[in-house]
Amino acid sequence: MANTTASVIRTTERSDALRAAGVALILGLGLIFLTGFAYPEVIHNAAHDTRHSLSFPCH
Amino acid sequence: MLTRILSVGLLAGLLAGLLIAALQQVTTTPLILAAETFEKPAVVSTTPTPPHSHQGGDTHVHGEGWKPADGMPRFFFTAITTIATAVGVAFVLMAAMVFAGVPIDEPHALAWAIAGFAACGLAPAAGLSPELPGAAAGDLVGRQLWWVGTAIATAVALWAFLRADHPPLVRLGAVVLLLAPHVIGAPHPHAFESKVPAEIAAQFTALSLVLQALLWALVGIGVGLLWPKFAPKPAN
Repeated sequence: MANTTASVIRTTERSDALRAAGVALILGLGLIFLTGFAYPEVIHNAAHDTRHSLSFPCH
Repeated sequence: MLTRILSVGLLAGLLAGLLIAALQQVTTTPLILAAETFEKPAVVSTTPTPPHSHQGGDTHVHGEGWKPADGMPRFFFTAITTIATAVGVAFVLMAAMVFAGVPIDEPHALAWAIAGFAACGLAPAAGLSPELPGAAAGDLVGRQLWWVGTAIATAVALWAFLRADHPPLVRLGAVVLLLAPHVIGAPHPHAFESKVPAEIAAQFTALSLVLQALLWALVGIGVGLLWPKFAPKPAN
């Protein structure tokens, strides 16, 4: 009984961690897309030197 | 859990980003400014060019749109975008480690960060070397797609190869995946037309890779050190 409860808690913790990791992955990729890849001229010009200096493809 | 990832990512990204922004100011930014003095004559052209074209053989022509003025504003926006990139890298790094089920501590986070640099820095640079403004380059969208594809393929291949418990066939598949983007080949221009001296371009390429490596390493160390400090308090 105690084992079952412990394993239920572990499964819940794991699914909570996976959900949090999914949100973090989307946020992280979104940030990298904005600074490294996005096309709007204002974003490109603001991030221009960062794109070149961190090896992102730019002009 | 999400609060913990976001807190650690924001703090590690902020610290790593600030350090890299300071380094950029004395390494890559002076070379970018020097390169821009060589590309200026190309802007004063008699043939009308569309403002800031992203398509075709890019000639790096900037339109009349807003851009930060040289000096402090330019440094400020470069620092902000570098910090944002570092925060993004920290989020992705922690997400990957949680998905893989590995413990987040300093040695693991640093090792995963080095693998992240191999996937997002070294492997794409083998096809598309980091370039200064004004260098001849193939179509931007094509290069971005190749860059993203190479980074994903290398990351998956490294993960599949480095897990010792994976069967030999999976590890062999990883090697094929690792090589595939380079066999396909990155889009390249047909002619080389940069007016920037090769010595400056070579120096920039090396510095750019070193900075990206440092960014990943600092984020990895920061995440590894901060993660235990944000552990949830045990319920009484």
